[in-house]
Amino acid sequence: MLTSEMIETVDTIINEHDNNQSSIISILQGIQREYRYLPEEALNYVSDRMDISSSKIYGIATFYENFSLEPKGKHIIKICDGTACHIRKSQPILDALRKELSLSEDRITTDDLLITVEMVSCLGACSLAPVVNVDGVVYAKMTPSKTQALVRKIKEGQLSEDN
Amino acid sequence: MKITNTQELYNNHNLFKETKEKETKKIIVCAGTGCVAGGALDIYDEFERLLGEKNLDGKVDLVKEVEDISLKKSGCPGLCEAGPLVRIEPGDILYTMVKVEDCKDIIDETFGHDKPLERLLFNVDGEVYVSKHSIPFYINQSRIVLEDCGEIDPESIEEYIANGGYLALARVLDKMSPKDVCNEIVESKLRGRGGGGFSAGTKWSQVLSYESDMKYIICNGDEGDPGAFMDMCIMEGIPHSILEGMIIAAYATKAKEGYIYVRAEYPLAVKRLTKAIQQARQYGLLGKNILGTDLSFDIHINQGAGAFVCGEGSALIASIEGERGMPRVKAKRTVEEGLWKKPTVLNNVETFANVRYIIMNGAEWYRSHGTENSPGTKAFSVTGNVNNTGVVEVPMGTTLREMIFDTCGGIMDGKNFKAVQIGGPSGGCLTEEHLDMPLDFDSLTEVGAMIGSGGMVVMDQDTCIVEVARFFMNFTQNESCGKCVPCREGTKRMLEIMEKIVAGKANMRDLDLLEELAYTVTETSLCGLGKTAANPVLSTMKYFKNEYIEHIVDKKCHSKVCEALKTIIIIPELCKGCSKCARICPADAILGKVRETYTIDQDKCIKCGACIESCAFHAIEEV
Repeated sequence: MLTSEMIETVDTIINEHDNNQSSIISILQGIQREYRYLPEEALNYVSDRMDISSSKIYGIATFYENFSLEPKGKHIIKICDGTACHIRKSQPILDALRKELSLSEDRITTDDLLITVEMVSCLGACSLAPVVNVDGVVYAKMTPSKTQALVRKIKEGQLSEDN
Repeated sequence: MKITNTQELYNNHNLFKETKEKETKKIIVCAGTGCVAGGALDIYDEFERLLGEKNLDGKVDLVKEVEDISLKKSGCPGLCEAGPLVRIEPGDILYTMVKVEDCKDIIDETFGHDKPLERLLFNVDGEVYVSKHSIPFYINQSRIVLEDCGEIDPESIEEYIANGGYLALARVLDKMSPKDVCNEIVESKLRGRGGGGFSAGTKWSQVLSYESDMKYIICNGDEGDPGAFMDMCIMEGIPHSILEGMIIAAYATKAKEGYIYVRAEYPLAVKRLTKAIQQARQYGLLGKNILGTDLSFDIHINQGAGAFVCGEGSALIASIEGERGMPRVKAKRTVEEGLWKKPTVLNNVETFANVRYIIMNGAEWYRSHGTENSPGTKAFSVTGNVNNTGVVEVPMGTTLREMIFDTCGGIMDGKNFKAVQIGGPSGGCLTEEHLDMPLDFDSLTEVGAMIGSGGMVVMDQDTCIVEVARFFMNFTQNESCGKCVPCREGTKRMLEIMEKIVAGKANMRDLDLLEELAYTVTETSLCGLGKTAANPVLSTMKYFKNEYIEHIVDKKCHSKVCEALKTIIIIPELCKGCSKCARICPADAILGKVRETYTIDQDKCIKCGACIESCAFHAIEEV
């Protein structure tokens, strides 16, 4: 539901970009930073306010991989599957993690909205392959068991949210 | 503090240089993405704490020693494998794999007792290297563009200016006309470092030749090739060199606005570039009337949102304009109708970073590096199964052997070299026979690969080349934007065949079809992504056809990578007939009687490997 808080938040973001239609991608990025996904009501509001058709916004939101129309977990684990990580065996890390959290290719977020697991292509830390990025922090030379240990830390609330 | 003319800039340069020369004792902590992941920021904090403490605790001798140590962060010096890295001046000492616990010893030994801490020095086969520049990794490079990367603090414009930064801009403003600048770049034969290898100077001259109320400079920092990170290294380590290149391009082409398009996956690069732009504005190097001249130019940062295809010029422009990042059919070239249909210079990060050196040293000097048709140096990121992974800068024309074996220390764990994938998912693979071929734009195209942006993934004997080709196919298929049919459908069908091959379900007719599709996609796709999508398949088929056939006909993957082609067997001589494996097998695929030799029914086996782990006699193995 569109709340007055949401209107205020979205307005601030739009104003930061001078209500400029060509800044729509940056505006959507701002909204996603705020809510960790793109809420439908926020998109509809942007569409009205900026006079951009909702189909166009939908088109952009679904084109770029970083945008999500589904709510994401509080913690986002990105497993790098760039070439270097792939060759140094990133797949087993993903498999282990999905097993640990009962997730799959289609179901990437845990039911309690605590953790989202994504496979991403190249985080640019190829020398330290395979790498895993948790909430923006890169963990180097990972193994399935090291990653599972990390997940347990998250579950126990030992990994602070803002690092 | 705004600098209002070039003379003032020179004065500042001298001043900053003097100040910098006075700082003789330095601790420089690498704060590139790799080392930060290894804990470099904690190390920095620890040094800060220790230095603070030492100043307070009254040890007179040591205080005197440490008082004037300056602590700095730097960009990536390239030797990421050995990170976190800490460099010490004087002495050019490089400490590798530093931990927080080491910080105290580093200060006490290096500065207190004036001798390097041996256990942290880089060593190969017992040989210890004290100075950074004596390490084979550096000796074999010629770092021009990356010279300052890892040496200076990327967040300090003063250090950049002290090292001669923005003096190329001053020279251009003082002594050269826009035409002169374009000519100099043309004569240097600088070719675009983003993959295409088009002459940068020609682009600039063409943009200059069009009359328009608005012109743009775009820097392509959407380094999407998985396995490539040298542009990231430049953006994080020497952001001002990109800005300087862009400002010079703006002067040369009379452009007024610039954009840097950075991948969303590089938050640190965005942070450093943003800071650099702010500093440049404060110093009057960006904005209205740069250094008191008529030149007005400003730069904005656009963050990508995760689409590989946006590395393609017209898609990148669509993305900056706020559209879906899809390539466009170009009736006119970007230099004539680019961003918002205005003349636009679109160059890669590394290309812009080269500009200041060409201006300062001249086109002739530049051409003395590299090969005749590909002058200069090129930064490569070398990763995969190689000892010293990281970013290296070598003259064009260096051979793969020199790069992989001399600079990067050869293959990990003493294994054999198998192939190297160059140019990412658009490139091709090179094998043993290419090790002595000089690398430049043209030689690589001849053998079906391309320099691309410079990502190089080294593969050892245990890598399944067919699986790697499937991996790249999967990548391009995912990233295909869906606009043109050959790429959208063709990559999908190709991927299906690749998946059949690695699953052992393909036949030889599939291989022919794969090849045919590959050529069709190459010839008929709209943009570079599609035109090059089949390269990994074609080049691996060319050099490793036997491996494809092995997967298809023998249903074998000798590297034991392809899950479906593994066979699990029980070695009769070792089997004691304990029945444990038969009980543990989830598929009831293990048959036999207690105290007799067990066997595996291959039709039922799901290759989970549970039996291998269960066997106390190591009698079960994968073949």
